Amino acid sequence: MNSLWIMLTGALVAASCGFLGCFLILRRMAMLGDAISHAILPGIVIAFLFSGSRETLPMLIGAAVVGLLTVFFVQLLHQSGVKSDAAIGVTFTALFSVGVVLVSLYAQQVDLDLDCVLYGEIAYVPWDTWEWGGMDMGPRAVWAVGGVFLISLLVVGLFFKQFKLCSFDPAMAAAVGIPVLLFHYLLMTLVSLTTVASFESVGAILVVAMLVVPGATAYLLTDRLHVMLFISMGIGVLCSVFGYMLASWLDSSIAGAMTAVSGVLFLLAFLFSPRHGVVAKAIAQRRVRVQNRQTKPASH
Amino acid sequence: MNLWLALQDPNTQWVLAGCILLGISSGVLGCFAFLRGRSLMGDALAHAALPGVCLVYLLTGSKSIGLFLIGAGAAGLLATYCITSISRHSRIKEDTALALTLSVFFGIGIVLLTYIQHSASGNQSGLDKFLFGQAASLVSSDVTTMMIVSGALILLTILLFKEFTLLSFDAGFGRGLGFPMGFLDALLMLMLLMTVVIGLQAVGVVLVAAMLIAPAVTARYWTDKLSVMAVLSGLFGAFSGALGTLLSTQLENLPTGPTIVLAATCFFVISLLVSPRRGVLVRLIRFLRLRSKVLHEDVMQALYERMEEPHHLQAGSLTFGIEEHELAEKSGKSTAAVRKALRGLRRQGYVRAVDEASGHRRWTFTPEGLKKAHGLVLNQRLWDVYHMNEDRYASQHIDVNREELASQLSDETLAQMLEQLHAYNLTPKLNQHVPAASQLHPTNRGGLSV
Repeated sequence: MNSLWIMLTGALVAASCGFLGCFLILRRMAMLGDAISHAILPGIVIAFLFSGSRETLPMLIGAAVVGLLTVFFVQLLHQSGVKSDAAIGVTFTALFSVGVVLVSLYAQQVDLDLDCVLYGEIAYVPWDTWEWGGMDMGPRAVWAVGGVFLISLLVVGLFFKQFKLCSFDPAMAAAVGIPVLLFHYLLMTLVSLTTVASFESVGAILVVAMLVVPGATAYLLTDRLHVMLFISMGIGVLCSVFGYMLASWLDSSIAGAMTAVSGVLFLLAFLFSPRHGVVAKAIAQRRVRVQNRQTKPASH
Repeated sequence: MNLWLALQDPNTQWVLAGCILLGISSGVLGCFAFLRGRSLMGDALAHAALPGVCLVYLLTGSKSIGLFLIGAGAAGLLATYCITSISRHSRIKEDTALALTLSVFFGIGIVLLTYIQHSASGNQSGLDKFLFGQAASLVSSDVTTMMIVSGALILLTILLFKEFTLLSFDAGFGRGLGFPMGFLDALLMLMLLMTVVIGLQAVGVVLVAAMLIAPAVTARYWTDKLSVMAVLSGLFGAFSGALGTLLSTQLENLPTGPTIVLAATCFFVISLLVSPRRGVLVRLIRFLRLRSKVLHEDVMQALYERMEEPHHLQAGSLTFGIEEHELAEKSGKSTAAVRKALRGLRRQGYVRAVDEASGHRRWTFTPEGLKKAHGLVLNQRLWDVYHMNEDRYASQHIDVNREELASQLSDETLAQMLEQLHAYNLTPKLNQHVPAASQLHPTNRGGLSV
């Protein structure tokens, strides 16, 4: 039962991250996802210090606020003439440092382990259950991640057309009257929420892997956005199942193993994708070369 | 602990020396990474170092820094290769490739790290210090390694400074000159990698990227010359290293790595605000000044053009003046803005108020103001004529970004333009000496004193 809960949590994390990650990849903001996932650390710690407990809601709020602040700072620095990659680098390292310093200074009050923040402890998920009305409702993490996943499904589902247009052609979207900036911040809010809901399970850094890798893999396999979204969620589930198996075989971190599996899946897609894979391209090139060789003498 | 006492402590001295060295070398190399648009590469290299370090430990079982450096270097090279080949051979963009490689390598590193920890081969403690760094644990042998590596890096940078400058600004030109740009790029990457690796122990995987980025961005605010920028960036790096280390000795539980990063960020924020040429404050002041100047000029033009209108002119507008709301209407600005501008102009002695006592305040020019406004209006109208007949004046090499047109023209062209103005009936009619239109002749250069 426990392993089932762990796999379910992992699958939910990977699917919800992969789902939003598709949009990040299409908008070339993968590193912004990385930045947000690092930068929410101070938000989590401050929410912790204020609420004094590990309640999910204050953490979600704190993280969402800091996540939006990160995006805002990056944009502000970019507008004042700093290159965007440097702006991302300066912002997230600064915020992450603030978080680490806060954790270290209030180590007694804050029941947060830095290792746990970095690579999560999905193995303890089944024991941290949520009781409601005296009933055991199952692991809290499942509810948190599942809830956030539902929210992002709902928001993206409602505004799918707008998100799609903003991802592929922001100028056109602005021209037809879609508030591009609003959707940008909406997406970033969803990313922050998902990140913080997932971070307990997989840790701040591996969230990035879940955000980027399934989406990138799906991007190599299809040319249609909604297919890409489904594939990335499916890959997330695969990562979770195989990652859990790998981790129990090696007796290592489950989150790390999930990332490693996602890396392997990406490598497979990179090599063998029917249209964009390296092998398919090589075969196509060879065919063209052979054709050329056959047609050339004929033309002379 | 007292600051002076802390400095006496040989341990602190080693840590301080290590952090300063790290600051210098990462600051200098960070400049090139920044200019090549590779700021986040340091982040990827640092994360990728983790599996390298773990593998070396798994294979050799030793915890020597030298071996770790080799392992981290090899993993970093592999990561660089992955990033470039993913973005070259598929439709995945470079930023995604970067994030992907970074996180997958780190994930593998975490798997290896936890595998090592759980397999409990004893002497594994200290490996996870690479995650956040532990500057306090730097000892003399580590600092010696750091000193050798960073010394070599800085020396190499000085020797190849010209080549790296070329690489940063115009790699294509460099290739044309016959420099091996691909090799230099790879070398720069390798040097970045070495900096990251020696920084790992001090500030850790997650934050070492900051040491590459923050000093370079800070230095960029103070200069436009690469050589100065590299020196400044090294200095900023060194100062943040020193400041962070000293601060963390003063407070218990304050980790050194993040404190160094925060010190570097403070330098950055200060520079962002107050740097003399690109600082936010300076630009704000410049912007406000420009806005007020434009407002003043607009109001002066509005006043002039209102006075110039025939019915006003006949009513003796120069003596009786124009009301504020009329100026607001003419210039399209709010009455409050117009009033503010008029007050400013009165301070400068360009306008004066008439009939102030009767409640209907009206404004007119002082002789000096009239001369100035005449110049403004004439310049504006000459520009209008120029833009209406651009093809005709195209041979004049006019710089449209300069404010004044008349000084850019030859006498002949100016006369031609004034004649055209006259034909359009646009010649400014009010003048200090000749307040009536009829007396103005185009050949007297429109009253322009150039």
